[in-house]
Amino acid sequence: MKIKEVDIAVVGAGSAGLSAAYQAALAGAKVLVLDENRLPGGQLFKQIHKFFGSRAHQAGTRGYTIGHQLLERVEKSGAEVWLNTLVYGMQKDCSLGVIHDDQHWTIKAKKVIVATGAKENYLAFPGSTLPGVMGAGAAQTMINVNRVLPGQRILMLGSGNVGLIVSYQLMQAGADVVALVEAAPNIGGYGVHAGKIRRAGVPFYISHTIKAVTGDGQVEHVELVQVDKMFKPIPGTEKTFDVDTVCLAVGLNPMTELIWMAGCKFCFIPAFGGHVPLHTEDMETTVPGLYVAGDVTGVEEASSAMEEGNMAGVAAAEALGFLTAEDAEKKKVEIRGRLNILRSGMFGERRRTAKTSQLQSMSDYQAQKGGVQ
Amino acid sequence: MRVVEHPILDELDTTKEVTIYCDGQPITALEGEPIAAALMNAGIRSFRTTPKRKEKRGIFCAIGRCTDCMMIVDGVPNTRTCVTPVRAGMCVKTQEGLGTFEKKEEVQ
Amino acid sequence: MDGVKYTGVPSAEELASCPGIPSEERMRKGRVACVECVQEIPCNPCEGICKFQAITVGEQITSLPCLHEAKCTGCGLCVANCPGLAITILDKSFSETEGTVDFPFEYLPLPQKGEVVDAVNRAGEVVCKGTVMAVTKAASYNGTAVIRLRVPITCVDEVRSMKRLPRTNMKGV
Repeated sequence: MKIKEVDIAVVGAGSAGLSAAYQAALAGAKVLVLDENRLPGGQLFKQIHKFFGSRAHQAGTRGYTIGHQLLERVEKSGAEVWLNTLVYGMQKDCSLGVIHDDQHWTIKAKKVIVATGAKENYLAFPGSTLPGVMGAGAAQTMINVNRVLPGQRILMLGSGNVGLIVSYQLMQAGADVVALVEAAPNIGGYGVHAGKIRRAGVPFYISHTIKAVTGDGQVEHVELVQVDKMFKPIPGTEKTFDVDTVCLAVGLNPMTELIWMAGCKFCFIPAFGGHVPLHTEDMETTVPGLYVAGDVTGVEEASSAMEEGNMAGVAAAEALGFLTAEDAEKKKVEIRGRLNILRSGMFGERRRTAKTSQLQSMSDYQAQKGGVQ
Repeated sequence: MRVVEHPILDELDTTKEVTIYCDGQPITALEGEPIAAALMNAGIRSFRTTPKRKEKRGIFCAIGRCTDCMMIVDGVPNTRTCVTPVRAGMCVKTQEGLGTFEKKEEVQ
Repeated sequence: MDGVKYTGVPSAEELASCPGIPSEERMRKGRVACVECVQEIPCNPCEGICKFQAITVGEQITSLPCLHEAKCTGCGLCVANCPGLAITILDKSFSETEGTVDFPFEYLPLPQKGEVVDAVNRAGEVVCKGTVMAVTKAASYNGTAVIRLRVPITCVDEVRSMKRLPRTNMKGV
């Protein structure tokens, strides 16, 4: 068993992790990034659409281009990146149990930043385990990374930005989206994303859900049913479609296993996808020296994840003395400003409210424990 | 069903091919791609059957989190095919139930 | 239920109160941008890309983009640049009976100049035939193609895209 000591260990080389690593390495810290995948970038490189926001958020630039630029900066910054590396556990002292190059390692870092993102939710219904039923993210990975169509005739369940964006990308890859289904009485994601799908001729079935999927060993038909305001199926409203693939875009759930292990305090915020760790504005949790960033702190989107990563990287570097309080505060003010903009407007407000309550829970916890850490 | 030409992404380089075997059948794969991608491109969507009800399963998450895509790869069961890259001559088998390790001689 | 939040298609009211839509008078004078952005999301590349300050969003970047039609030359830089693909260039001065619509298109195959295609409205319904006058995929467009379609002048207010062409003779699928 080998031991490696670093200043800052970052778990996860996605939008948040790479951003955190860059900021920390830029400040002069010895940074090690660990990711279980064979490619870095998390979900960022799969986003082939143009991002929103302002110039500071790189609006108009495609997600994967932003990803490549970020990765380049990280490589030049001197941060070490270990891919194909599994972080299987975190002790209470935040040392990490790691498997890298078929060897066991213990990584001892002065500060740890967990940026492990979120995983797709599952929805159970008759036939939901048939080959051909998959997460929307799975379809996105298949078409944009592996360059394989997961099917030809797709039904998408879920009208949040994931469902809308992946439907569009499936059509770009050459598939047909037969219908987009949403149980709520309105579309969850951006109107402009929905507009692209409508112009492509995809019908929307709002207030509908999947009753059953059938087929001989794989998806062949999907039966939809309309639901009322209480989400109860309305008998007699069934509609059947011939499809070979059903994509589920029914929300994401933060992958917080490592953070639980370290003994962090959590709160439950449905708008953020489930249990999320308490953290300060500096992204530090109730466990001193343990920071979090990105979707693992609450499901938002890529731009927010990058900014939270920036915040965690700056704060961790400052805590180790690599940045003066003055320099750190300058950067933090800019990051906070950009985060506020992302969390504004009719879609951002909900996330802003959720994040505010999460930060408040952290303040309450700190007050209870008797003052600032 | 390869996505070769794409309106946004670069054209896919399909020149570096390797052959793997799925239940004895040769499959053309692209160097370095996950096993699951090669199989799905070949039209194979069912990778294993469940222990109790013997129901077919394929990919669900495609990023190594859910384990629905497990197959016996070069004798090793419970291998997540969506994150395991292909290798020339690789032997992939449909996994029935929980799977067992295969002795070296059996790996064909 | 009507409106972009329920159908993905802006309602008549949403379009009527949208500050990015040009007047009939301006469209009859020549090419002009039509910025159909009706939801307040943080986004402002359209403001930055316009060389004539014809589109403004302001400090609060969730504000709906405002078109200053007198300043707009119809150059079309904004069309490919909008992440939401919400901008088109409309021209009702082309002739007595015909007009043109420039729209963003991110599918394959692209149509050929001179080809006659099915022109669709915001709901994807075919409203008329259109003749392709130009297909531009400049490097600065970053992957987005802009297609100019010639359509009956009565359809200029409705046409916002074209039906995707079949993917025959394409490698792969």
